[in-house]
Amino acid sequence: MKRDPDKLDRYTAPERVNHWLVAFAFILLALSGLALFHPAFYPLSQLFGGGVWTRILHPFIGVALIFSFGSMFFRFRKLCVLTPSDWEWLRHAREMMGGDDRNMPEAGKLNGGQKLLFWLLAACMTLLVLSGIVMWRAYFSFLFPPAAIRLAAVVHAATGAGMISLIMGHIYLAIWTKESIGAMLYGKVRRAWAKQHHPAWFREMTGGRK
Amino acid sequence: MTNHWVDIKNANVIVVMGGNAAEAHPCGFKWVTEAKAHNHATLLVVDPRFTRSASVADYYAPIRTGTDIAFLGGVINYLLSHDKIQHEYVKAYTNATFIVNEGYKFDEGLFSGYDEPGRKYDKSTWSYEIGADGFAAVDETMQHPRCVLQLLKQHYSRYTPEAVSNICGTPKDAFLKVCETIATTSAPNRALTFMYALGWTQHSVGSQMIRTAAMVQLLLGNMGVAGGGMNALRGHSNIQGLTDLGLLSDLLPGYLTLPRENETDYQAYVDKRTQKPVRPGQMSYWQNYPKFHVSLMKSWYGDTATRDNNWCFDWLPKLDKVYDVLQVFELMFHGKLNGYVCQGFNPLAAFPNRAKLSKAMSQLKYLVVIDPLATETSCFWENHGEFNDVDPATIQTEVIRLPSTCFAEENGSLTNSGRWLQWHYKGAEPPGEAKPDVDIIAGIFLKLRELYKKEGGAFPDALMNLTWNYRIPHAPSPEELAMEYNGKALADLTDPKDPTKVVLKKGQQLDGFAQLKDDGTTSSGCWIYSGAWTEKGNMMARRDNSDPSGLGNTLNWAFAWPANRRVLYNRASCDPSGKPWDPKRTLVYWDGAKWTGPDVPDFKADSPPSEGMNPFIMQAEGVGRLFALDKMAEGPFPEHYEPFETPIDTNPLHPKVISNPAARVFKGDLEAFGKGKEYPYAGTTYRLTEHFHFWTKHTKLSSIMQPEQFVEIGEELAKEKGIKAGDRIKVWSHRGFIKAVAVVTKRIRPLTVNGQTVHHVGIPFHWGFKGVAKSGYLANTLTPFVGDANTQTPEFKSFLVNIEKV
Amino acid sequence: MALQSLDITRRSATTTPSPGQRRTMEVAKLIDVTKCIGCKACQVACMEWNDLRDDVGINHGVLDNPTDLTENSWTVMRYAEVELEPGKLEWLIRKDGCMHCANPGCLKACPAPGAVVQYSNGIVDFHEENCIGCGYCITGCPFNIPRLSQKDSKVYKCTLCSDRVAAGLEPACVKTCPTGAIVFGSKEAMLHHAEERIADLKSRGFAKAGIYDPKGVDGTHVIYVLHHADKPEIYSGLPKDPSIGAMVELWKGATKPLASLALGAVAAGAFIHYVTKGPNEVSEEIEKEFEE
Repeated sequence: MKRDPDKLDRYTAPERVNHWLVAFAFILLALSGLALFHPAFYPLSQLFGGGVWTRILHPFIGVALIFSFGSMFFRFRKLCVLTPSDWEWLRHAREMMGGDDRNMPEAGKLNGGQKLLFWLLAACMTLLVLSGIVMWRAYFSFLFPPAAIRLAAVVHAATGAGMISLIMGHIYLAIWTKESIGAMLYGKVRRAWAKQHHPAWFREMTGGRK
Repeated sequence: MTNHWVDIKNANVIVVMGGNAAEAHPCGFKWVTEAKAHNHATLLVVDPRFTRSASVADYYAPIRTGTDIAFLGGVINYLLSHDKIQHEYVKAYTNATFIVNEGYKFDEGLFSGYDEPGRKYDKSTWSYEIGADGFAAVDETMQHPRCVLQLLKQHYSRYTPEAVSNICGTPKDAFLKVCETIATTSAPNRALTFMYALGWTQHSVGSQMIRTAAMVQLLLGNMGVAGGGMNALRGHSNIQGLTDLGLLSDLLPGYLTLPRENETDYQAYVDKRTQKPVRPGQMSYWQNYPKFHVSLMKSWYGDTATRDNNWCFDWLPKLDKVYDVLQVFELMFHGKLNGYVCQGFNPLAAFPNRAKLSKAMSQLKYLVVIDPLATETSCFWENHGEFNDVDPATIQTEVIRLPSTCFAEENGSLTNSGRWLQWHYKGAEPPGEAKPDVDIIAGIFLKLRELYKKEGGAFPDALMNLTWNYRIPHAPSPEELAMEYNGKALADLTDPKDPTKVVLKKGQQLDGFAQLKDDGTTSSGCWIYSGAWTEKGNMMARRDNSDPSGLGNTLNWAFAWPANRRVLYNRASCDPSGKPWDPKRTLVYWDGAKWTGPDVPDFKADSPPSEGMNPFIMQAEGVGRLFALDKMAEGPFPEHYEPFETPIDTNPLHPKVISNPAARVFKGDLEAFGKGKEYPYAGTTYRLTEHFHFWTKHTKLSSIMQPEQFVEIGEELAKEKGIKAGDRIKVWSHRGFIKAVAVVTKRIRPLTVNGQTVHHVGIPFHWGFKGVAKSGYLANTLTPFVGDANTQTPEFKSFLVNIEKV
Repeated sequence: MALQSLDITRRSATTTPSPGQRRTMEVAKLIDVTKCIGCKACQVACMEWNDLRDDVGINHGVLDNPTDLTENSWTVMRYAEVELEPGKLEWLIRKDGCMHCANPGCLKACPAPGAVVQYSNGIVDFHEENCIGCGYCITGCPFNIPRLSQKDSKVYKCTLCSDRVAAGLEPACVKTCPTGAIVFGSKEAMLHHAEERIADLKSRGFAKAGIYDPKGVDGTHVIYVLHHADKPEIYSGLPKDPSIGAMVELWKGATKPLASLALGAVAAGAFIHYVTKGPNEVSEEIEKEFEE
């Protein structure tokens, strides 16, 4: 990162650490979950020391995710409240993906897509945690009837797949939108970047000054 | 068993009563399922509880414990009043036609000749009228008012369905349904088998319960036929062998009997047992008693036994009374018996009134226990808290434990319920210092003989002269013993028809008991086992299961006593002319020259039907006895007597005579009986299929299957007492208490008896204070110290208890 | 634990063919509940042959013991006191254990390759050395049979004595059953035997006697003869119409390809998008604005 005093503070250090903790836990969960999900992904279990370790670790990493994402949730929940402008933004998201952001309403610190992702992830994780507890054979499954465990299995698998898709989208959009990975890594963004992608936030931070 | 296990498959109707074959004899029960599956047999179960046997029965009827004579007496009444008897059989093969002594009477629960203070009968009037020809008088028309059939009708006319229902608590329709099904087997082509066990024997009227069923079988013509018979299911793998070898205190091997103290004269002793026929032309096989007896004495005393010394008759103990276990413990309790050798037996657990037993053993100077396990008896002096609350400091008895092998650790034969002697081979080495029982006894014997030799002593003769020609004196082999039981020729034996022809040379093994002699030229340690080890070798080890008739008579599989015969009295399977009643179940038949067939004929092989010899050759009459003469303690016809502890405190048939008037009750034990008011529930003890007595609680597998002591009660009683399944309850009788987990079940229903409701409390007895299962109370803490009047088998099946939630 | 390796038809979590050069006869164990006296000899024989010992427990107020299947008790007798008509008590005793489904839910659910296998004779076997202990087989089983060991976190169940059967012997429970209530042979022969038994039962008034060989799992290799085949649930909860179930089918059926496809689609979509649309960068205009 080029040192530049003009750069805007986008994410604080604790926020960034939190994000990457969540990200790291999630990636481990996704890999181990996929290993248990489909024979095609089973070799991924080798990353964890084999099938048995994968089975043992996955739910504990899940616990780590609950705490890390829980903390993130409380940090961002107010910021992620969707405003009418965000909804408007979402309605125009297609155009933007097509490369035309002329009609986009001005995004704040976070745009509508980011906010929606936040809530979708929160919902997915709630479902994953709840179904995961039911499926956690070593400690909890005996508390539930088979029908509940079976439902949980479906919910866990479907939600897991959904969440992985969301995160893949999230990652892609981070790659697609240049410099945003740097933002989450270093916490600062260039003013031009801010004006380009989050004009409302840019104004709020600078009063429109360059 | 008069028949055998495999033969059960030939039955059309199977009655499981006085036993729970599926529970206690699951392996033999396969023949019941076989009869059902391939002979379309009907299975009836009559029991206080809906048992495992009932779970596969076609029909189940409940009955109050201890009232089987009333039930079966009712069946007799039904058969007679509905004319459902096999007439020709009854007339020809039973004593229905015999005329009874004029003095015989039955009135208000007592037969003629009762001696009230002595609690016994003068049985002289329980006899036949003797005709001018010196034989018993008969009336072929069976119309004579004193003929057995008429007396039988009269006796059981009181046992109406209503009376049965009132006494037994069996609903009338259920009783009649059982009667109807039983009655179908009066047809000559249908057979019924009774399967019973300790559910009949363990009552103060146990022998008579069995007799009543036997009478039913005689009336139906089911004795001696394939698929019929009276089939006692023996409770240990070799308990049949125990009785055969005379291990009861008043018996000698082969059901010969010990003399009483007034029988000091050999000739009188033998003459009394050498029964002459009481009807013309009958075999009366006990006429051969001297041959069996002399051969036994030759086997024991060899050359020392001679005609001149009456074959050592004087050395036999002369009994002043029967020394059954109850009697022995009674003596012990009063300090009159101070040494006890207890071999393969756990009396503290297995006999009634544990408190009395424990006190009795505390009086002993020494107790020797020969057993593979550390039994409760061998630890009776240990304090095990509530389960055996004794003070070891006050018990001075010296206990010596001699570890023995178990059956799998030695060669030998086991005699099963069907009288088959089956040889088995050692499967494992005994652990530690365990020795075969034979070696232990041989060691004691040799040591005693040495002591007598060295130090002398009173009456050494019987011990010093005993034959002991074993290859290794301190370890006689099972093979040597088996050969000794079979017997051998002590001189060259010739053919009776051709004295020049030598049948057996001196020293050769006998072919069978027909070769026994009363002149000292044969020996046999147990005449009924003769034929088990002949010159051809060990017949018990034969394993050819070919079954040419398809009836299960595998004559080349092992050896069945007597004479390898599979169905006793099988001559009765034919009509008087020698033709089978039912050609499909031919066991034997007269082929014009001799008796032959798929079984060994239980008959004089060359006696043609025209000679009129009758099938029950062990009886002096040659026929089955509906009227038992003087053979039973409490009467020639079975009569319903209540258990000594009865929940109704009366006998609806004759309130003045409630319980067995001829049963022996020791002083002090009468006071230990409880009354219905204080102890309202009918207690009964029994086995579970998961365990064998008090042995298998030492085994982990069996303990896993049934780990903890429990008591079964019906849902209604549980509700009344506020007891839920799994609660701990206390059960107590007038003699003590136990605590156990409650199993609440629909399988025990309250019965209406004599106008009142009777609940049963079912008490499985397998737990104790030794072993790997959860410790429990010895169930015999509860049971009364009284036995059957004939056998003294304790009344474990019927007593009174009370219960409460702990 | 098995001796077979030439005649496997299916392995869990495996998408390639299994070694199946050898074809073996389809077998079945027939449990004739109407002949069963509940002696528990099968329970003992099972523990003896497999050399397992459960704990010495306690009495729970019933005759059943152990009261449920465990990792050491692969079969248990279940006792039900049933009154279909008032006053007419029936004591229905059923030997419970793995049914060896033709379409086994455990195998379907198992994520560990080769932890659950099915032989061509129909036996469904667990290979515990491949088991990862997730318990998905328990979730997948329509009969609630597999049990997870607390000791080693592997699942265990009846193997139908696959080791004995491979050597031409009958299962240990069959060998020991004293009344012939449990028999073993080709499935065809067992169905024939069952027909005979049903004819006998019908002649004794059990109009609804029948075979339990549920179609919902394509039949089983442990089949029952029941007196009341119309009411299997009275036999201590034998499922009336067992099947792998919609949820498990969804989980291990549709979800697997659909989800994999979705993930692939997201990845592909992203790639195409990037290639066709290029990155989302700060516009030249704004860059210029801030360059000043």
